[in-house]
Amino acid sequence: MADPMKIRATTLGDSTEVKVLMSHEMESGQRKDAQGQTIPAWFIQNVIVTWNGRTVLSAQWGTAVSKNPFLSFKFKGGAKGDRIAISWMDNRGDKRSDETVIA
Amino acid sequence: MDEMRRRLIQSGGGMTLLGLLLAAGWIKPEEAQAQAQTWNKAAFDTHSLSDTMKALGGGDPAQSKDIVFFQTPEIAENGAVVPIGVTSNIPKTESIAILIEKNPNLLAAVFDIPTGTETSISTRVKMAQSSNVYALVKADGKYYVAAKDIKVTLGGCGG
Repeated sequence: MADPMKIRATTLGDSTEVKVLMSHEMESGQRKDAQGQTIPAWFIQNVIVTWNGRTVLSAQWGTAVSKNPFLSFKFKGGAKGDRIAISWMDNRGDKRSDETVIA
Repeated sequence: MDEMRRRLIQSGGGMTLLGLLLAAGWIKPEEAQAQAQTWNKAAFDTHSLSDTMKALGGGDPAQSKDIVFFQTPEIAENGAVVPIGVTSNIPKTESIAILIEKNPNLLAAVFDIPTGTETSISTRVKMAQSSNVYALVKADGKYYVAAKDIKVTLGGCGG
C-alpha cells in the first residue's frame, strides 16, 4: 500500500480549492535499469475527487504525469467541515483512498 | 404498512449488485467509483495529435484563444517535473486534456470536469525534450486546442 496522500482543501469565498500531493513512483516504462532491461510502466490511471460523496473531478492519467503527482483545482460550494475524499487506482490495480475536511 | 413494504421490495429489486454491496457497506462509494472508471488505453497509446483525436472520438480541434496556460514555464530546467496549469474560458467545458507533442506517448492526462467545478486545473508532467504542449478542451461536444512551446534543459523520460 502506498503512502497517504497529502490533501489540503480550503474555502475561498464561495468556492473551495483542493490541492493534493500523491505518493507514487509513476514509472514511465521508458527507463532502463543497470542491466539494460526496460523498467515496466507503473502509474496511476484513474483519480476521483468527491465532495460529500459527489464527484467534483475525475481524471485519467498516462505515464507522463510526474512522480509523486500534484493536482490542484477549485469547485463552487463547500463549507468548513465538509468531507473531501480522493481515491486513485494504478495500472497494477493498487488503490488508495484518503480524505480530509475542508478548512 | 403494506404499501410501504411493496415499495421497499420494488426498490430492492431494481438495485444492482454494486448497489447492494454499497448498501451493505462492503465497498466505500469512492472505491466503487474508482473501479467503475475507465481508462482510455487507445488514446494513451497514440503518437500524434490526429491519432489522439481519433481515439478520443473527436475531429480536428479548433485553435482557441480562450484556453490559457498559467504557472507554466517557458523554460523547464527539469523535464521530470514541469508544472502545467490550464484554464478554459470556453462555455460548457466538459474536459481538459494535456498532450505533449514530442513525448513517446502524446497524451499525459485527461480531466473530466463536472458542472460546478471551475474549468481550471494544474498538475506536473514529465517531458522527454523541448516540445509543444497542447491543452485540449472538450466543450459542448466540440474540441478546442491551444499550444505552448516549452524548452526543456534536462529530459525527464530517459535513463
